[in-house]
Amino acid sequence: MTVIATPKLRIANVALRFRSRGGVPVTALENISLDVEDKEFSVIVGPSGCGKTSLLRLVAGLIEPTEGAISLDDARISGPGKDRGMVFQSYTLFPWLTVQDNVEFGLRIAGIPAAQRRETAKRFIAQVGLNGFERLYPKQLSGGMMQRVALARALANDPAILLMDEPFGALDSQTRSLMQELLLDIWQASHKTVLFITHDIDESILLGDRVYVMTARPGRIKEMVQIGLPRPRTVDMLTSDAFIAIKRRIMHSIHEEAMRSVATERPAADG
Amino acid sequence: MASFLDAYATPKKDIPRRAYLTVSTLVAAAILALWCALSYGGLVRSDFLPTPDEVVTAAINGIADGSLLVNTSVSVTEIMSGFVIASVFAVPLGILMGSFKIAEAALEPVTNFVRYLPVSALIPLLILWVGIDIEEKISVIFIGTFFQQLILIADVSRGVSQDLLDVSYTLGANRRTVVARVLVPATLPGVMDTLRVTLGWAWTYLVVAELVAANKGLGYFILNSMRGLFTDQIFLGIMVIGLLGLITDQVFKLLRNWLLPWAAG
Ligand SMILES: Nc1ncnc2c1ncn2[C@@H]1O[C@H](COP(=O)(O)OP(=O)(O)OP(=O)(O)O)[C@@H](O)[C@H]1O
Ligand SMILES: [Mg+2]
Repeated sequence: MTVIATPKLRIANVALRFRSRGGVPVTALENISLDVEDKEFSVIVGPSGCGKTSLLRLVAGLIEPTEGAISLDDARISGPGKDRGMVFQSYTLFPWLTVQDNVEFGLRIAGIPAAQRRETAKRFIAQVGLNGFERLYPKQLSGGMMQRVALARALANDPAILLMDEPFGALDSQTRSLMQELLLDIWQASHKTVLFITHDIDESILLGDRVYVMTARPGRIKEMVQIGLPRPRTVDMLTSDAFIAIKRRIMHSIHEEAMRSVATERPAADG
Repeated sequence: MASFLDAYATPKKDIPRRAYLTVSTLVAAAILALWCALSYGGLVRSDFLPTPDEVVTAAINGIADGSLLVNTSVSVTEIMSGFVIASVFAVPLGILMGSFKIAEAALEPVTNFVRYLPVSALIPLLILWVGIDIEEKISVIFIGTFFQQLILIADVSRGVSQDLLDVSYTLGANRRTVVARVLVPATLPGVMDTLRVTLGWAWTYLVVAELVAANKGLGYFILNSMRGLFTDQIFLGIMVIGLLGLITDQVFKLLRNWLLPWAAG
């Protein structure tokens, strides 16, 4: 008898259509299948509007697929839950809570006693490098700091998988590099299962064990690239030959797709 | 010249605080000067425009015989009662209306209908229903503010970011928790701003409210002064209303900073 290991997260033949004005459904995602293995860092890279956020919201259980199924640890996802923590593309800290209370939010809902809550939150605040900022309100933080708190808040809940939707997309490039290094350090220490979304090819290669290349209109997975770069990784690797070889391959893949879509472009092409 | 324009004619650019205060003071002084010129200069008939010192005298007399205080406190009671009752209902209903389609379907059409009715047109009906005592005054203030509050607060609630609610679900919150711990707190700054604005509007309904069968209140005081052509008293009444409006507005501003220190702006 053979044991077939099931992946941590399985997305099987998922399609997503939005009903739009005029009744013509918009196909946002089509035939998406991918597996995320336990303790693996998977990245989806794709152009703006290709349906990346929609895919992550499906995994989070915030919306339902039109076709197909998504399961976590072999259990079908039917709604949002704290086993899938998410860091959003937009800033989503609770403005009326301090950094400390933001990070404690999930623990408080779960009914964890105050002392333990405080201790756990402190640990994750330290991990994202925000010691001493516990009592500040979000309006007193920079964009990079807010995303760090959002990361700490998601991690404090100890989710089975961490979903990240272009969390550094709105940051300047220096801050983004710092955040990438921070995330690499945290992942190196915890080996969380991560599904990370970006439109930045460098970021996808630097962070991921696997990179899925997505195409637009409707969003599909074009190919999967295994990133063999050694860990622990640093931003210095961005200029290594191995890195550039992978980057060339992904760029070629995306370019090919862009050419194809330009060739078939029609006005108001949809669905 | 160019540097002057750079400093004072660039949109949204801050100007020095001194310059700000100077301009504000100058405009107020100019209005006062114009008033003095028109009244003391005899350019306008004295039963049309009183002189400043006549208004001051009217104020002193009003304070001395207690009438100013009585009229003011009656009006403040009416305004505050109408406003508080309106707010107590409008805040929760508005939040529901902006975030639950079913509440929107139930309340929005009715609200938009009533909101455009002139309050004065409803007075005969109010007299039939609640009589001519203080209830009628409170009802006028209530109707004048409640429906406006409802629409504004629904907009505040509608404006709460979906991502903020969604992130709460991914942190393990259920629907009830999301409403109580996320939706409601997220609306608070907007609710405070709405209350501040609509309290100002409540003052504007005062004279309408005291149009009928009043024998006390600032609105009555003004109407009654008109009958005797006591323009100094009319001016006094208007100025007291303006002053009280200004004070309540500042109180709300302070309250917002004190209660919601985390809110931006
Ligand atoms: N609720 C909705 N109703 C209708 N269409 C939608 C809805 N949400 C998303 N879409 C459409 O689905 C497509 C994918 O949107 P999505 O936000 O998932 O893309 P994205 O890859 O995350 O884009 P970005 O890079 O801008 O973040 C877009 O064409 C968008 O207009
Ligand atoms: Mg997106």
